[in-house]
Amino acid sequence: MAGRRKRTIRLSKLYTFSCLRTSSKDDHSQIGQRGYSRVVYCNDPDNPEAIQLNYRGNYVSTTKYTAANFIPKSLFEQFRRVANVYFLVVACVSFSPLAPYSAVSILAPLLVVIGATMAKEAVEDWRRRKQDIEANNREVKVYSQDNTFHVTKWKKLRVGDVVRVEKDEFFPADLFLLSSSYDDGICYVETMNLDGETNLKVKQFLEVTSAFQDECSLQNFKAVIKCEDPNEKLYSFVGSLHYDGSQYPLSPQQILLRDSKLRNTEYIYGVVIFTGHDTKVMQNATDPPSKRSKIERRMDKIVYVLFSTLVLISSVGSFFFGIKTKNDMSGQTYERWYLRPDNTTIFFDPRRASLAAFFHFLTGLMLYGYLIPISLYVSIEIVKVLQSIFINQDQEMYYEETDRPARARTSNLNEELGQVHTILSDKTGTLTCNSMEFVKCSIAGIAYGRGVTEVERAMKKRRKDSLPDFCNPSAELGDYGDNITDSRNAIKGFNFRDERIMEGKWVNELHSDAIQKFFRVLAICHTAIPDVNKYLDEISYQAESPDEAAFVIAAREIGFEFYERTQTSISMHELDPQTGEKVDRSYKLLHVLEFNSSRKRMSVIVRNAEDQLLLFCKGADSVMFERLSQDGRMFETKTKDHISKYAEAGLRTLVIAYRDLGEEEYKIWQEEFFKAKTSVTSDRDALVDAAADKIEKDLTLLGGTAVEDKLQKGVPECIERLAQAGVKIWVLTGDKLETAVNIGYACSLLRQEMPQIIITLDTPDINALEKQGDKDAVAKASRESVMKQIQEGKNQVSSAKGNSMATTLIIDGKSLDFALAGNTKSLFLELAIGCASVVCCRSSPKQKARVTRLVKETGKTTLAIGDGANDVGMLQEADIGVGISGVEGMQAVMSSDFAIAQFRFLERLLLVHGHWCYRRIAMMICYFFYKNITFGFTLFWFEAYASFSGQPAYNDWYMSFYNVFFTSLPVIALGVFDQDVSARLCLKYPLLHQEGVQNILFSWARILGWMLNGVCSSIVIFFFTTNSILHQAFRRDGKVAGFEILGVTMYSCVVWTVNCQMALSINYFTWIQHFFIWGSIACWYVFLVIYGLFPPTVSTTAYKTLVETCAPSPLYWLATLCVVISALLPYFLYKSFQIRFFPMYHNIIQRTRLESSESQTSVGFSAGIEDVIRPLKERLRRRKS
Amino acid sequence: MFCFFFLSSLFSYFESQTRGRKSQRRTSHLLNFRTKFILGIRFHISALLSSSPSPFPVLGGSFFPFLFLLLNCSMNSNNASSSAGGGSADSSPPRRNSKRPKYSRFTQQELPACKPILTPKWVISAFLLVSIIFIPIGVASLLASRDVVEIVDRYETECIPADSRGDKVKFIQGTASKTCKRTLTVPKHMKQPIYVYYQLDNFYQNHRRYVKSRSDEQLHDPKSANDTSSCKPEDTSSESPIVPCGLIAWSLFNDTYSFSRNNQQLTVNKKGISWKSDREGKFGSDVYPKNFQNGTLRGGASLNESIPLSEQEDLIVWMRTAALPTFRKLYGKIEVDLQVNDVIQVTLENNYNTYSFGGKKKLVLSTTSWLGGKNDFLGIAYLTVGGLCFFLAIAFTVTYLVKPRRLGDPSYLSWNRTPAGH
Repeated sequence: MAGRRKRTIRLSKLYTFSCLRTSSKDDHSQIGQRGYSRVVYCNDPDNPEAIQLNYRGNYVSTTKYTAANFIPKSLFEQFRRVANVYFLVVACVSFSPLAPYSAVSILAPLLVVIGATMAKEAVEDWRRRKQDIEANNREVKVYSQDNTFHVTKWKKLRVGDVVRVEKDEFFPADLFLLSSSYDDGICYVETMNLDGETNLKVKQFLEVTSAFQDECSLQNFKAVIKCEDPNEKLYSFVGSLHYDGSQYPLSPQQILLRDSKLRNTEYIYGVVIFTGHDTKVMQNATDPPSKRSKIERRMDKIVYVLFSTLVLISSVGSFFFGIKTKNDMSGQTYERWYLRPDNTTIFFDPRRASLAAFFHFLTGLMLYGYLIPISLYVSIEIVKVLQSIFINQDQEMYYEETDRPARARTSNLNEELGQVHTILSDKTGTLTCNSMEFVKCSIAGIAYGRGVTEVERAMKKRRKDSLPDFCNPSAELGDYGDNITDSRNAIKGFNFRDERIMEGKWVNELHSDAIQKFFRVLAICHTAIPDVNKYLDEISYQAESPDEAAFVIAAREIGFEFYERTQTSISMHELDPQTGEKVDRSYKLLHVLEFNSSRKRMSVIVRNAEDQLLLFCKGADSVMFERLSQDGRMFETKTKDHISKYAEAGLRTLVIAYRDLGEEEYKIWQEEFFKAKTSVTSDRDALVDAAADKIEKDLTLLGGTAVEDKLQKGVPECIERLAQAGVKIWVLTGDKLETAVNIGYACSLLRQEMPQIIITLDTPDINALEKQGDKDAVAKASRESVMKQIQEGKNQVSSAKGNSMATTLIIDGKSLDFALAGNTKSLFLELAIGCASVVCCRSSPKQKARVTRLVKETGKTTLAIGDGANDVGMLQEADIGVGISGVEGMQAVMSSDFAIAQFRFLERLLLVHGHWCYRRIAMMICYFFYKNITFGFTLFWFEAYASFSGQPAYNDWYMSFYNVFFTSLPVIALGVFDQDVSARLCLKYPLLHQEGVQNILFSWARILGWMLNGVCSSIVIFFFTTNSILHQAFRRDGKVAGFEILGVTMYSCVVWTVNCQMALSINYFTWIQHFFIWGSIACWYVFLVIYGLFPPTVSTTAYKTLVETCAPSPLYWLATLCVVISALLPYFLYKSFQIRFFPMYHNIIQRTRLESSESQTSVGFSAGIEDVIRPLKERLRRRKS
Repeated sequence: MFCFFFLSSLFSYFESQTRGRKSQRRTSHLLNFRTKFILGIRFHISALLSSSPSPFPVLGGSFFPFLFLLLNCSMNSNNASSSAGGGSADSSPPRRNSKRPKYSRFTQQELPACKPILTPKWVISAFLLVSIIFIPIGVASLLASRDVVEIVDRYETECIPADSRGDKVKFIQGTASKTCKRTLTVPKHMKQPIYVYYQLDNFYQNHRRYVKSRSDEQLHDPKSANDTSSCKPEDTSSESPIVPCGLIAWSLFNDTYSFSRNNQQLTVNKKGISWKSDREGKFGSDVYPKNFQNGTLRGGASLNESIPLSEQEDLIVWMRTAALPTFRKLYGKIEVDLQVNDVIQVTLENNYNTYSFGGKKKLVLSTTSWLGGKNDFLGIAYLTVGGLCFFLAIAFTVTYLVKPRRLGDPSYLSWNRTPAGH
């Protein structure tokens, strides 16, 4: 140990002096402080400083357990569930003489349940461990002391090692990119395992490290990287490289993350920065918040109710038991002498009757523990998993084009789908395809592009038909369908038709120079990567967003073909207006000022062949117009006009501008920008933004672009259907108000006849105030304005109620900020609830999440649906998050609970699967409690006749098997297979969904009704049985029925009753149901016969009971028949009465189906769905008040 | 068995699930644990169901099809690898590894099914059916019960001399003669066999302490004579085990009856009054009473130590504990017919102490029918339920005739019934 230390110290003296110096110099800076303390000694992991830091190795373990801690830890996990603890306590107590039955019979089910779960954990963990071993032993080349690369295992990597990663290999840790096989400082990376995006991303290395291209040069590479501590942010990195006395800023551009893959690049060299669990991907491996469904939460309450019942009946029992026991001894005489009260245990001691009563109370808790069945939780778990399998297997929710079926990513929210009251939807990529098509543009005040968009068509239609044909949206869709095939002119992302500028004719236009610049901007100002297919001579682009790809494609089609990107240059083929020939032009790329949601623009600074410095900029109109120079506003009004028209047509617009930069100005700015970029603080982004802000000004307007994002197939119908189902739909979009409104029309969310309430801060007075720049005044005025508008809106809604009109609320992002603040919130919520649909435009991801939270406060089930990273907050906040696995990567899907490929599948997910699952789970839980109450209360009645001594009426094993063999499988079958109406009818009568929204099938009345039914059944069973078989001779041979015969008879009645009850309440009988229900009953008899064959010491009271005593007795069978029918009669009567006089919606549909006169019935749809839903709302309101 | 098949299906699922997800592993770190459980499940239903459109015959299908089906709920291990991404670029239409869910009526939840609906016709016929079945059964069982002749004689007070009735417990515990004579008159012709029962009241043979106080091992096997742990406090007497031990045996009923008609003894056959299985299975033929009733406190009857337990039928009957505090137990059989107005003299030894807990004692002579002894309850219950169902059937028919309305009519929908507008 000491020797090793000495050696390393000596080594450090040799060559790390410069590194030490820089680090000491830097001590004052923010680096080294909290959160930014990591120091990496590149290529020098044996440095004593590095060893002292003692960073984690690259060994990764994703297992939850180790061999040593598996048993305790997994047990601990198991017993974190309160229910399991309860059962464990019961099992423990059952070993004491308190237990009314043998300990084994109560311990065995618990052991099975816990053992199964633990085995499941073990198996899962074992698989994980195998994968870990595989990952840890993967091989990578590491640079070592002797200046060559050696193959090492991943787990042996250390921080500071230099590694060489070959093409198509995974990065073993988070690396700092030194150099690659390319000279221009880039490499390509595929991050599919991180975010699911399949497009290649470019990583750039610093020029200073580009020299280290081979083994020899690496010898001299000794540097220190100081950077942030391990964190989970995949897209940020703060750090700096200290090399050769100077400091270089590092950005995410230089960081290669573990688990991403090197593509299209022969090899790279990199320095290990984060290893093992410090890597960003591992830091990300946190569990998202787990969600529980409303039904489950209510089930908890039922469990509490039952627990109270349990305590109550146990105390009643122990009270009477205490009295009885006390009476056993009066003075010196013993009343029930046959119990030997003079010589007894503490549990029956009349001298200490109250203590005995207390112990008896514990016994009672165990005895009536059947009210809270251990199997309920297990059964529900099984059922939900099977339900999710059905969701995953639904062919109707499979999307051919992307080859994606629906995915239930969690199973615990299945039934919540049937209760969705509000849908909060993202627009782009969710309602639309997110495949952008360049359709129009406005250049130098002239609008180009003759295509007609869907929205325009919808608008036209609206204007033409005074009575829009909304009931038949398929006709409309037909049109679209035709159009789509028309426009499929082989070029994806380009739907622009204008003979004036196509095919090189633009040179003849009036502002041809502006047109040239315009398309240059489009061809240069982006971050796309060209992908040249040499064989076909085609260029495709890998772009971060589809908009960007659409721009580059548009530029290519017009004649500005971008074909190469290096770290410092962009090359394109361009049409020379003078010669009319294609020439190659190359631009030196100086800076890319990246796009983000707060800047809403991106710029590039380039130097062209003529040595001019140019800034190309594209961005949202809201930020761009204010950045124009005085001279650059030539076409401002016209462009604004065009842009607003485009927005109305539902198009996404961007403003294109450029600027000539002076050398001087650029130099000054560059320094400032560089400083901002190299600062290693948490607010670096803000600094960078501020610096970028300084150069992006005095722009010259060129024009605007309009990109169409086509509606997904079936969206209008789906929304229509969901609206019919009474589901409210909120659209939260980042689009402009006009765009949002028009998309709303296109997807039939809004209709012409619906009154609209628009809350916006884009009013003249506010704008005027804003110009003055007094922020407080603006805020105050805005608040008041929003308040006023909300008030007005409320009045409007209440007046609209009178003439039964559904209103729409449209609110923009700025107003939303104020509306969500403080006491306005509740007011806003009231207003929003009154409206049929709500559109929030210009909303940020954070606002989306806040709105979701707000809606959740109403207590209604919310479902958020989105496809992009910006929807993640919303998805996690909502009760159910549905991710669309579209083109924008997998982030939304990763944080969702359900993943579907298309918005229209939501309809089936909610109306069919949601409805079924809700119904199944609700019925299943009700029934479960019913059957256990029936069983538990027969025990109680028997107790009452056994002086509450705690003697169960049944054999121990009958009781243990009750929930396992004789009754559980039919319930599971119910929970998995039952359907009240078929999928087709669910979709045909969307209003059926309201059964879930109003929670009709799981209302307290219904739950208590089932419980009452259980109590009734138990009374019938107990009293009918005792009165008919006891006392007199049981059979012709004069023998009487004793304890064991009563037990068997009662138990038979219970098994028959609960299973027949199941058969009565089930709606859907397949062979599976028949098999389980009748099989369970048969199982009981089979069990009884087999159990009865065991020697009497094992079978005790069951010894040959069925074969010898019960089966030959007609009384036994007659009593069973009578009891079962009588016990079922109340329910049957209730049900036939209810169906006859108070039918529920599904009853009506079932009935209608039966009458096969579906065409005749119109359940009020043609009359306008609102009229149908209104009474529901009224009812709800009344119920609340 | 059931348990096993559920578990095994779960396991096979886990196994395949993890196998399939290997290539996806990296991503799955980002997912929560629970999710992994569900994600990517393939219900790979065997061709069994999908190929044959007809389902298994209802109930005819054995257990195995379903088991097989569940065991096969595994995932196509080879197609999970491309689950992420792949959306935009790749669009070659014929996919080998398509993730399209396989079609089967099972997975698409389209199994042929019977969907029972309670239409008025069904309701009425169900009620009618029940009444048609129940009323005859009711009549039959009532007739059976009426056929039975039963003589009940309550004797616990009468059999105590009038002067001792002040303190019955003292009398019963005393040494005075307990012999008592009763006279019974036969009300109707009683066909042999006539069963003799004693009926006790308020005697909690179902008390937990009492029920558990026995040793089945000891009763069955002479080698287990020491197995008396459950018998306390009647487990041992002067350090050696009591056979049969426990409170039940200890409190064995010890009233005896002998009958005579016209001064002619009526033999009471005490053979065959217990269940055969008890004699042969529970009570050993080589187990003899030992130490029984030797303790300081005497409970009930003593046993002849030379007769094996399997032949001590009174004990066997007594040891089949009763379900409720009022119970009858078989005492014996009289195997001659008794004529109407026959007078039967009963000589009984009133030994058993039911006085301390106020229990009644009754002597019962009864014939039996095919349904057992005399009990009108079942017949009445059948008739009541049948009658009620008949009445309901009529009531539903009447409402249906008087006010027919289609169930499919939405105006009866509860949430539509509230007048619109308010």
